[in-house]
Amino acid sequence: MPVTLNSLVQISLFLVLVLVLTKPLGLYMAKVFNGERTWLSPVLGPLERFLYHACGIDPEREQRWTGYVIAMLLFNLAGMLLLYVLERTQQWLPLNPEHLGPVEPQLAFNTAASFTTNTNWQNYAGEQTMSYLTQMAGLAYHNFVSAATGMALAVALVRALARRSAEYLGNFWVDLTRAILYILLPICLVGALILVSQGVVQNFNPYTVVHTLEGGTQVIAQGPVASQEIIKELGTNGGGFFNANSAHPYENPNALTNLIEMLAIIGIGAGMFYMFGRMVGDTRQGWALWAASAIIFVLALAVALPAEQSGNPLLTHLGVNQQASALQPGGNMEGKEVRFGITDSVLFTVTTTATSCGAVNSFLDSYTPLGGLVPLANMALGEVIFGGVGSGLYGMLMFAILTVFIAGLMVGRTPEYLGKKIERKEVMMAALALLLGPATILGFAAIASVLPQGLASLTTNSGPHGLSEILYLYTSSNGNNGSAFAGLAGNTPFYNWTGAFAMLIGRFAFSIPILAFGGSLVGKRVVPAGPGTFPTTGPLFVMLLVGVILIVGALTYFPAYALGPIVEHLLMLAGRTF
Amino acid sequence: MPTTLLKKLVQEYLRPALVMTLLLTILLGLLYPGVVTALAQLLFPYQANGSLLYADGRLVGSELIGQYWTSPKYFHGRPSATLSDNGSQAQPYNAENSGASNLGPTSKTLAQMVQQRVAQLKRENPDAPPGPVPADLVTASGSGLDPDISVAAALYQVPRVAQARGLSQERVRQLVMSHVQGRFLGIFGEPHVNVLDLNLALDALQH
Repeated sequence: MPVTLNSLVQISLFLVLVLVLTKPLGLYMAKVFNGERTWLSPVLGPLERFLYHACGIDPEREQRWTGYVIAMLLFNLAGMLLLYVLERTQQWLPLNPEHLGPVEPQLAFNTAASFTTNTNWQNYAGEQTMSYLTQMAGLAYHNFVSAATGMALAVALVRALARRSAEYLGNFWVDLTRAILYILLPICLVGALILVSQGVVQNFNPYTVVHTLEGGTQVIAQGPVASQEIIKELGTNGGGFFNANSAHPYENPNALTNLIEMLAIIGIGAGMFYMFGRMVGDTRQGWALWAASAIIFVLALAVALPAEQSGNPLLTHLGVNQQASALQPGGNMEGKEVRFGITDSVLFTVTTTATSCGAVNSFLDSYTPLGGLVPLANMALGEVIFGGVGSGLYGMLMFAILTVFIAGLMVGRTPEYLGKKIERKEVMMAALALLLGPATILGFAAIASVLPQGLASLTTNSGPHGLSEILYLYTSSNGNNGSAFAGLAGNTPFYNWTGAFAMLIGRFAFSIPILAFGGSLVGKRVVPAGPGTFPTTGPLFVMLLVGVILIVGALTYFPAYALGPIVEHLLMLAGRTF
Repeated sequence: MPTTLLKKLVQEYLRPALVMTLLLTILLGLLYPGVVTALAQLLFPYQANGSLLYADGRLVGSELIGQYWTSPKYFHGRPSATLSDNGSQAQPYNAENSGASNLGPTSKTLAQMVQQRVAQLKRENPDAPPGPVPADLVTASGSGLDPDISVAAALYQVPRVAQARGLSQERVRQLVMSHVQGRFLGIFGEPHVNVLDLNLALDALQH
């Protein structure tokens, strides 16, 4: 068997830890977004009130869906502009000990779009491009606020489902502020210090020059890494301080930090399912979505783990020992770190792409074809497997609506979800939201695979793997994930522009139909459940939901994947190289 | 009417958007990392500054950052795909430009590189056990700065290092085994050997 016993133990324990975290996190987040007092209120209450006062916000006044959208868009626009300006002027600003110059305009635009949309796609190497100030006040700032924006959007949609015959979805400013002050910031303060205790660096020093035992010199990049590392994971952002992201020993030095980072990536997404159940008054509703996520998560591991642990057959022929043993991790080690081996690399990869994180602790371009297909497919399914902070919940709720609609069609009844009738307008909005992704991904990928500007960036790999790289770029951008098949040279005008548009569409053109959907739902009466109501809590619903997610995904993407990873797998087995 | 609408837009949306952006930038972009840095420097100064190692008062590297080793009397780390600062040429273990090869599984370049590495490894270690070589010794790491090798990769190099230093293979093997870092709680991660730690211990042995 290609999977080791230790692998199974590690994965089981990880899932148990996620399960254990779900309820307390969900309960706490429900309290925060219901405006209740928490144990942090004595400390943070004054700060919260100061922020509202300074901005002229009346926290009691709620917004309709349109007001919520305008507030969200303007706030994000302001942040995106500020980040662009910071990148372009960093050479004149403090905290730049390496005297890094301004970021080129197109790259600065792509990066501003990338961090505003919670994507964190990176067409640059952090340690060579961004000053400490840009990293902190530009990039890490967006790691907080883009995560909080996603959480606010999700909470607004949950309120639309929970409230009866109402008009308002909540106040964007309040949801944003409370998400940051009560949830993200406290966890980050503690988490960052734990990471430092394990070796993640946190300083403003110039790069360190060392003289090695063999008489050479080595220059080691430094920086305020831990404070950014923790929010990068917790906010499912994924943008590495360093080019090597969480494979870099200063970002992720050992198995404990790796475990903490994985739990940070998945924790809020998992907790939000429970929060949803709590806020609609039936926690079983949340657990049903949780169960569907867990099933697909395990399926993803069941494909990727054996693929990577089996190694690359082409290397076996060259006299390489890829067998796992007590003395070595074995498997496909190109692009992976020894301290993580296969299990911790693959578990991190599935976690980071099931959610919309995109941090990587191993380099996905070098995964086996089937091992690389899994993160690609995870993102294409909409990152609803626990999902990104906020975006996972609202994406999953769209699939839940689609599922009750399909179930309704089968028995010939008007579908309803949580007592609210799902009618023409709601189904249209849900379908629109779910079709936008495939249209963006496949559209851009088709254009890039025929234009010379698109093909010119295939500088590292070619053959079917080149198509996989292009598909991966747009899937990751549209999904606001940010992980990459990094062999593709993305820092070109063509990819900077098209990638940025895919990211902006994936974030904002996806969330506006969702809020419109919420706006239409919040005014509906709640119909009491009758004998003909399809229950959305039992195993039947969970299996249907899993089926809908996988079938919609498979039908949409199979033709493209057949020409990329799947044919590459067959050619690898036949011994072909490109 | 348009003026009241404009006023409402400014009051309810534009002003909060701008002021909130500014205040949160100060809180999250300056105060938060500042506080974390202060606490980190106070509580964990060794880790916060890069886990730097000194030998005879000289800064010789970081415990966490791999180095490029070539001498037969030292254990070697893994291949590294890092480039020079401007990206124009290979510069293994360049710790200010981390990165992976990103070569795909069916890449001809990857196959050629691995073939060369296997050949070179066998040439440098004529007394190593024959047969397939440990995978991590011929594949580039994700960071290009992997400080570790597998236990198998360390044991593979024992005969060469022992001969270059005039030590018994048994003595060197013992040193390797005493430097194996096991799994966290016996469960998470993979057993590994930190190359710089091991090489410093080798030097100390003969000091």
